[in-house]
Amino acid sequence: MREIDVARITDAVAEMAMRSNVELPGDVVEALRAARERESSEIAREVLDQLLLNAGRARETRLPLCQDTGVAVVFIDLGRDVHLTGGPLQEAVDEGVRRGYEEGYLRKSVVRDPLDRSTNTGDNTPAVVHTRLVEGDRCTIHFAPKGGGSENMSALWMLTPAQGREGVVDAIAAQIGAAAGMPCPPLVLGVGLGGTFELSALLAKRALLRPLGEPSEIEQVAELEREILEAVNETGVGPMGLGGQTTALAVHVERHPCHIASLPLALNVQCHAARHMSVAL
Amino acid sequence: MRSEVHRQIDLPLSEEDACSLQAGDVVRLTGPVYTARDAAHERIMQLIEAGEKLPFDLDGQVIYYCGPAPAPPGRPIGSAGPTTSYRMDTYAPALYRRGLRGTIGKGNRSSRVRHALKTHGGVYFVAVGGAGALLGDRIRSAEVIAWPELGPEAVRRLHVEDFPVIVGYDCHGGTAFVGEKPLE
Repeated sequence: MREIDVARITDAVAEMAMRSNVELPGDVVEALRAARERESSEIAREVLDQLLLNAGRARETRLPLCQDTGVAVVFIDLGRDVHLTGGPLQEAVDEGVRRGYEEGYLRKSVVRDPLDRSTNTGDNTPAVVHTRLVEGDRCTIHFAPKGGGSENMSALWMLTPAQGREGVVDAIAAQIGAAAGMPCPPLVLGVGLGGTFELSALLAKRALLRPLGEPSEIEQVAELEREILEAVNETGVGPMGLGGQTTALAVHVERHPCHIASLPLALNVQCHAARHMSVAL
Repeated sequence: MRSEVHRQIDLPLSEEDACSLQAGDVVRLTGPVYTARDAAHERIMQLIEAGEKLPFDLDGQVIYYCGPAPAPPGRPIGSAGPTTSYRMDTYAPALYRRGLRGTIGKGNRSSRVRHALKTHGGVYFVAVGGAGALLGDRIRSAEVIAWPELGPEAVRRLHVEDFPVIVGYDCHGGTAFVGEKPLE
């Protein structure tokens, strides 16, 4: 049994909160650059140029890429040979968020009560934490701040099995077409296919952690990803909804077996500020 | 620092300048703008209904739908990109009617807003969502002028320089958004 003091988790979360909000991952920058080369519309190129410029300015000035520095979503893969010491896990993560959002001059965007919106929690806590038990003696932490504009355009459907593949592609393309410029395209789409109502949503969120441009290891799923990407880009919504070929940069599908009567489909929409970072303790 | 490539527009915005703009124009703004988003709009409407004075005179001015991140030391403001505009669509026509000349935000707007632009000679600018570092860097000064208790949602007077925007809707009914038709 390996012991890990949760204070190390606090430190890691604080650092990732600060860094992920100013350093756009290289895979996202590459995808934006490739899209810039492909686009023929002048407005689309202007928007993509601004996004590339923004990524550079954020790194230099340490100003966050986007003022919406998100709700802190934290995935923890905890090795079953790890014994966490020093206090409760959620508190350790929240302390990291509290510190990172204060010291990093990040916006605090969490209200205490979803209906009475008058009280901001003041420190961007609580974090949304998803913990999974895995083999080994490491503790891997993924940090992915999630903005409100794109999260609001996410959706979940309980399709009928008969709707099948076509139903999946159509539902996603229609949703993205209707969302138009609101979720800040070009987007990254996380898709959870199968499982149950709640598992599909979690799969969709987790799919966003995969590096851009890395297709699913399952050939059929990779093919579905290409098909959805094509359908979404055919909407013509384009960067910021102003038209163009690039409505999404990537589609990541995670699938899971499901009930004979069900076809759950979850779509988690991520804006181009696809911030994610991870560390293994 | 001023861009040579794109058309420069000085603020406050004259009706003439506003109506010379066409949907899809890429422009750079220099001058004062006022931040207001959901909570500030609710309060502005309450003042209008009560017949009271507003925190700033709307005439010829531009509102930026923005809730900035905190300012780090040595900077007037933090990351400051646009928020989604449609949430302010209920309020915008009444403000354009009272002389507001422009708004800056992101995303499509209702046809009521587009009609208000046409009727009152207004314009809607799109700033690139998620370009908060770039946009925050083009803000030279920022001062809270009303409701500091609203935090990021307080009303601020900003001075922007060479601030990059695209005309989303013009005052002739034109649109830059895909899938929308010009107003008749």
